Amino acid sequence: MKVTILDYGAGNVPSVERALQRLGAESLRTGSPEHVSNADALLLPGVGHYAALVRALDQKNLRAPLVDAIHRGVPFLGICLGLQVLFKSSEEAAQLQGLNLVAGTVSALPPNVKLPHMGWNQLGRKRESSLLAGIDAGAYFYFAHSYAALDSNSATSATCSYGVEFAAVIEQNNVHAVQFHPEKSGDAGARLLRNFLRLAA
Amino acid sequence: MSLAHRIIPCLDTDGERVVKGVNFVGLRDAGDPVALATRYNSEGADELVVLDIAASRDRRPTFLETIRHVAAELAIPLTAGGGIRTLEDGRAVVRAGADKITVNTAAVERPALISELSREFGAQAVVLAIDAKRSGDHWDVMVRGGRETASRDALEWARLAVAYGAGEILLTSVDRDGTQSGFDVALTAAISRAVTVPVIASGGAKSPEHFVEIFEEGAADAALAASIFHDRVQSIRALKEFLAARGVAVRLPC
Repeated sequence: MKVTILDYGAGNVPSVERALQRLGAESLRTGSPEHVSNADALLLPGVGHYAALVRALDQKNLRAPLVDAIHRGVPFLGICLGLQVLFKSSEEAAQLQGLNLVAGTVSALPPNVKLPHMGWNQLGRKRESSLLAGIDAGAYFYFAHSYAALDSNSATSATCSYGVEFAAVIEQNNVHAVQFHPEKSGDAGARLLRNFLRLAA
Repeated sequence: MSLAHRIIPCLDTDGERVVKGVNFVGLRDAGDPVALATRYNSEGADELVVLDIAASRDRRPTFLETIRHVAAELAIPLTAGGGIRTLEDGRAVVRAGADKITVNTAAVERPALISELSREFGAQAVVLAIDAKRSGDHWDVMVRGGRETASRDALEWARLAVAYGAGEILLTSVDRDGTQSGFDVALTAAISRAVTVPVIASGGAKSPEHFVEIFEEGAADAALAASIFHDRVQSIRALKEFLAARGVAVRLPC
């Protein structure tokens, strides 16, 4: 199995690629709709502005093949913005349409805490999680974001609290996503990526 | 469940080798950046900062190569900088594997550099480095490696830089840097309370007590040090265990 990494120019694509390499996984960085349509497993990294991701998906004609692949049941992992784009929309760029695959919207974190939410934080488990299998309940993951999905729902398997509780891990059938950066989260992050590779295989 | 205070080792390089000095002068060799990065990654460092303190144009390719080698070894975030003057300089360090870009002198001279980087990479990727030095009742911003005053109030500059799109401040006390007499608590608390973004305190660390002090009284979100880690005066693992025992939230390595 090869993991197809959607490369739309996001800064963390190389580190995601290196993290997969360290786990011995084969990956392909691509911005081509054909590659997305033929993928065995899809990974959407993302960091920066929500609008940059949404516009890139549309400009590169990746939106339709990505949504089709997810509907066909291709295992998907979204990281950071790659989680946020699964929702209907984001307050960061309210005029743009997200992928609308998970119920809810993305909002700004409250101003009573320092923003961005930057650094290592712990999770609150909501239900059983394949992505978090074998990972210590007190494990820390690396976050770097100012927006988040605040209305936790049945797709949310773990949350994080920073000023407010928000969705940290989403698992809905073949759709998986994390608000933190597993590629930058040391051993816990590596374990999570390995769990994704295992369930995608 | 709470956000951990970060411990960040810093590699000051001449582009290729790690160097160190006191109050920004008198540099000497302190080791291989890749070997140190690997050690800190496994000891439980929360991030790593790599700076090119020579920042000369002709050594730039060497520094980018260093970032590539360091990034390949890390499973934690990497910040790189030193001599970043343009958006293109920022792109080069990100392409080489840095997660965050740190800017200093060039941003003081042209603050729009902060917004250019922030628009392209997001505020979370733009770290404004401020070298501050006490001057009467306030702190002056120092530039060119801490050697020249920018004749600018550090608090005002920090607030302005955040408005321009800086997502984090790396605050070095020029008075304390290299002295191992403790972080500058008053400076750090003043800046940390003046801005809405996380602040990394730097300069003067030696004992574990200094770290407790900067987190509890200095309101720092992260603390950075170089020589005490390079010289094994302090191991990151032991430091974090000390902090945890004192009730400071830290991520303990496995």
